[in-house]
Amino acid sequence: MIEVRLHGRGGQGAVTSAELIAVAAINQGKYAQAFPSFGPERRGAPVQAFVRVSEHPIRTREKIYFPDVVLVLDPSLPSIVRVTSGLKEDGWVILNSHKSEKELREMLGWQGKMAVVDATKIALEELGLPITNTTMLGAFLAATGLVDQGYLEEALEERFGRLAEKNKKALARAIKEIKIYQ
Amino acid sequence: MGKRIAKEVSIAIAEAVKQCRVDVIAAYPITPQTHIVEHLSELVANGELDAEYITVESEHSAISACLGSVATGARTFTSTASQGLALMHEILFIAPALRLPVVMVVANRALSAPISIWNDHGDIMAERDIGWIQTFAENGQEAVDLVYHAFRVAEDRRVMFPAIVNIDGFTLSHMIEPIELPDQEQVDRYLPPFRPRYKLDPRKPLSMGPVGIPEIYTEAKKAQDEAFKNAYKVILKAWDEFEEVFGRRYRPVETYRMEDAEVALLIMGSLAETAMTAVDRMREAGKRVGLVRLRLWRPFPLRDFVKAVKGLKVLAVIDRALSPGATGGPVGTEVRSALYQVPGRPRVVNFIAGLGGRDVTVEDFEEMADRAYVYMKKKPKEPYEMIGVKE
Repeated sequence: MIEVRLHGRGGQGAVTSAELIAVAAINQGKYAQAFPSFGPERRGAPVQAFVRVSEHPIRTREKIYFPDVVLVLDPSLPSIVRVTSGLKEDGWVILNSHKSEKELREMLGWQGKMAVVDATKIALEELGLPITNTTMLGAFLAATGLVDQGYLEEALEERFGRLAEKNKKALARAIKEIKIYQ
Repeated sequence: MGKRIAKEVSIAIAEAVKQCRVDVIAAYPITPQTHIVEHLSELVANGELDAEYITVESEHSAISACLGSVATGARTFTSTASQGLALMHEILFIAPALRLPVVMVVANRALSAPISIWNDHGDIMAERDIGWIQTFAENGQEAVDLVYHAFRVAEDRRVMFPAIVNIDGFTLSHMIEPIELPDQEQVDRYLPPFRPRYKLDPRKPLSMGPVGIPEIYTEAKKAQDEAFKNAYKVILKAWDEFEEVFGRRYRPVETYRMEDAEVALLIMGSLAETAMTAVDRMREAGKRVGLVRLRLWRPFPLRDFVKAVKGLKVLAVIDRALSPGATGGPVGTEVRSALYQVPGRPRVVNFIAGLGGRDVTVEDFEEMADRAYVYMKKKPKEPYEMIGVKE
């Protein structure tokens, strides 16, 4: 079972991203849970969302304490939230940032697997909005390969209708432009 | 057959209610139930569900409208949680006494104070004695399936009692997970139209809910109690029929790895899944631990429960609600009483856990089972203990 924690700000679509990963995984025949951090949420405030994906039925209702993957949608979060908290040693931190590997490693104090893409730039160019959730799904795919791109694109189409095309383009660009530091 | 899809449990419940072809929904939004009634109001507004959606100014009005509606022979649904359920309190008793089969989903949430929007069973345990059929769902699939079952049982002429399906707030209500929604044809086959023998109809006037003077009140209550006990058979039969139509089997009491168990955890609701993982781990470590889950809470499945715990040395009952000053949590006291007359009964120890959204982890369940092992040899000092308190 793979456990994922998403960090975003209220309104950026962290919960939607979590949902899209779960939808893709389930349509692909796997088992998944997606859930928000339970409680009231405010626009702009740091929020979390969670996903579990497994080949077998998932039999736990615990919160996620030790994720395998951390996906950060907002570039300003790593300096104010300890995004690597509880992250497994061989886990992935996937960031939206234009910063260098060295700068990011120093800021996070993280020596493990890291993937970085400037998702805000891509989202602005492709969607005209700094909403990075679908772009970061591309980064998530490229780093983890946890779900198939086809199923994820299908989930995007179902969710966004005619806006899906743009989001798929942003997602594809993230896959191409991602920098992976093992 | 239906298709397996990813759905938020609340949305799936609303879709199931739609498939049940409800005539009337009267509800007031409250966290964490809101998504259910929000989606139903959308379905009605979009013309996808031909029903009357009555917006009301409070839960007291919501349930009052539901009673009036079902009394006219309309299939009726509502949903609430916590303070909302508490506000319905005085009306809740009237529904079963007048034999009005409303179906309600309660997204269980703690009661104030302190204000908490998070999950425990405090809200529903305060309504233990209202006389409604009450079930608890373990996962999203079961939540949906229990809704079809609730209508099927409640409206059966041999039953005619209202029913509550309990789902854990957030832990279930806000979870996106795989759910198989059946085809409409299957639901129609399972759930016949609602045809009450007596209903409010201006062409055939009758009175409902007159005064019960001391000469008849006791008899009325005795009749209600007998009928409620008799509902048990129909509840089981409806689950048998459910299996025939939908292929999934449900029983009032579920057991997990109980063959040869000496210690068992007993729980209601979605935490049973986490508890199963704990049981697996302890079994691997050679401990003979099992799990009992009550799906049906009212009417209490006494005989099936006693059978399920036979041969145990210690039964650790986990309550998700506190009953201040009592001899245990609501489930703990119930189970002790149920077992008192049973020869060779297991020792019942009672833990209170998971209040107001406090997570109950696999480790917590292991700890409770370990304590149960200690109490196999030595009697606990207190009738119940609270788990996970920061001191």
